[in-house]
Amino acid sequence: MLGALAEAIRLLFTGDREVYFIAWTSLHLSLVSVAVASALSLPLGFLIALKSFRGKKQLIAFLNALMALPTVVVGLLVYSFISRAGPLGFLGILFTPSAIHLGQVILCLPLITSLVYSALSRLDRRLPETLVTLGARRTEVFRMTILEGRIAILSAVLSGFGRVVGEVGVAMMLGGNIRWYTRTLTTAIALETSKGEFELGLALGIILMAIAFAVNFTLHGVIRHER
Amino acid sequence: MKKALLILLVLGLAAAVLPAQEGRLRLSTTTSTENSGLLAVLLPPFEARTGLKVDVIAVGTGQALKLGEAGDVDVTLVHARALEDRFVAEGYGVNRRDVMHNDFIVIGPASDPAGVRGMMDAVAALRQIANRQAAFVSRGDNSGTHVMERDLWKAAGVTPSGRWYREAGQGMGPVITMANDLQGYTLADRGTYLAMKSKVALPILVEGDPRLFNPYGVIAVNPARFPHVNYLGAMQLIAWMTSVEGQGIIGGFKVGGEMLFFPDAVTD
Repeated sequence: MLGALAEAIRLLFTGDREVYFIAWTSLHLSLVSVAVASALSLPLGFLIALKSFRGKKQLIAFLNALMALPTVVVGLLVYSFISRAGPLGFLGILFTPSAIHLGQVILCLPLITSLVYSALSRLDRRLPETLVTLGARRTEVFRMTILEGRIAILSAVLSGFGRVVGEVGVAMMLGGNIRWYTRTLTTAIALETSKGEFELGLALGIILMAIAFAVNFTLHGVIRHER
Repeated sequence: MKKALLILLVLGLAAAVLPAQEGRLRLSTTTSTENSGLLAVLLPPFEARTGLKVDVIAVGTGQALKLGEAGDVDVTLVHARALEDRFVAEGYGVNRRDVMHNDFIVIGPASDPAGVRGMMDAVAALRQIANRQAAFVSRGDNSGTHVMERDLWKAAGVTPSGRWYREAGQGMGPVITMANDLQGYTLADRGTYLAMKSKVALPILVEGDPRLFNPYGVIAVNPARFPHVNYLGAMQLIAWMTSVEGQGIIGGFKVGGEMLFFPDAVTD
């Protein structure tokens, strides 16, 4: 284990170009996927929390069930759509970063939505009601409610980030682990492990954890600053 | 202001989502081929010369050919002659060429409980392993190696089953690691074995049987069936792999001083 830590430090500080590129690929793929998913999840979670509609219970149950899907199954499902043999094959996005984005958004959307929903439903209901009586438009109510629950919502987004930055099933099936293109830290770890390079695999894992920690730390710092 | 940002965001996403496809050539191959390190020396001169970027997608043989059958790749390099012939016969591939060969070997514990060391007949060796119920790890994943293993069991008149026979369902690397942990036997391709030799305690026990011959073929995905494939690029790659220069690179590729692949395309 200590050998892996030493290897991780060595890889980071001798500036191994390929490791930097792989780490950067993991980071920007996950950040964009989470950003897109959050843009959809926040309004969706808000609607579920604050409005009652028919089939609401079933929708919540469905979202919870989606979260139990293994990443490789999500990968397989999306593959069947975007493969050339599938209905969306003409887009030609299989084995490109865009395919990974698509799969990762599908992965973290249910998670972030259900966490946002539970965060917002715990807020004082009188806030949105008061805002409406004061004449606020719907987007204003949305904005103020999100602001009020921002700490819990940040947790939701970070959970989504954690789910996608550490997953391998989607990145492998949809990205193809192509060197210098769609190879992420997770697919690189899977590759090195399959070659018996356990120490290198662990070292890459340590780098992945460091990135996840840095993102968490930075975002928490930003939110705290806003107070 | 907000509306402008929104439009910008949508346009940006659209631009990001639909990637440029020109100048890219998709090659599906097996994990053992990729892990040998051959492609890392064989492809760069090709990329420099043609300006093409080769995307190597390394998966199991079955999946590599399936990607060709779906038209998700432009060209495929695998080592399962029967499956390759069927791939071409069913119209998925065209212009199959022999590229190189290596061989399979039976590796196992130095203590050799089944007593197969030095045997020249792989079928008899496997029969002996089955009779002694010595631990054996199988790929179990329809890979070229697995197909070879199944053919050997069939020739030996043995249906392997029981606790001694472990079907791992994984790639060559993990299977060799597993065989090492169990100190059992396995059938491996020489390339992956050489790359992992320093990490495992499994000497070569059986080699040289002509049945263990492992030929590699490169096939272009049929453009008549899949008009979108980069057929020109695929043919350029096939030309490169079978050229005198490409074959020279293959023959010159050594791991630990040993040749991994023997070029087949150019005969003097």
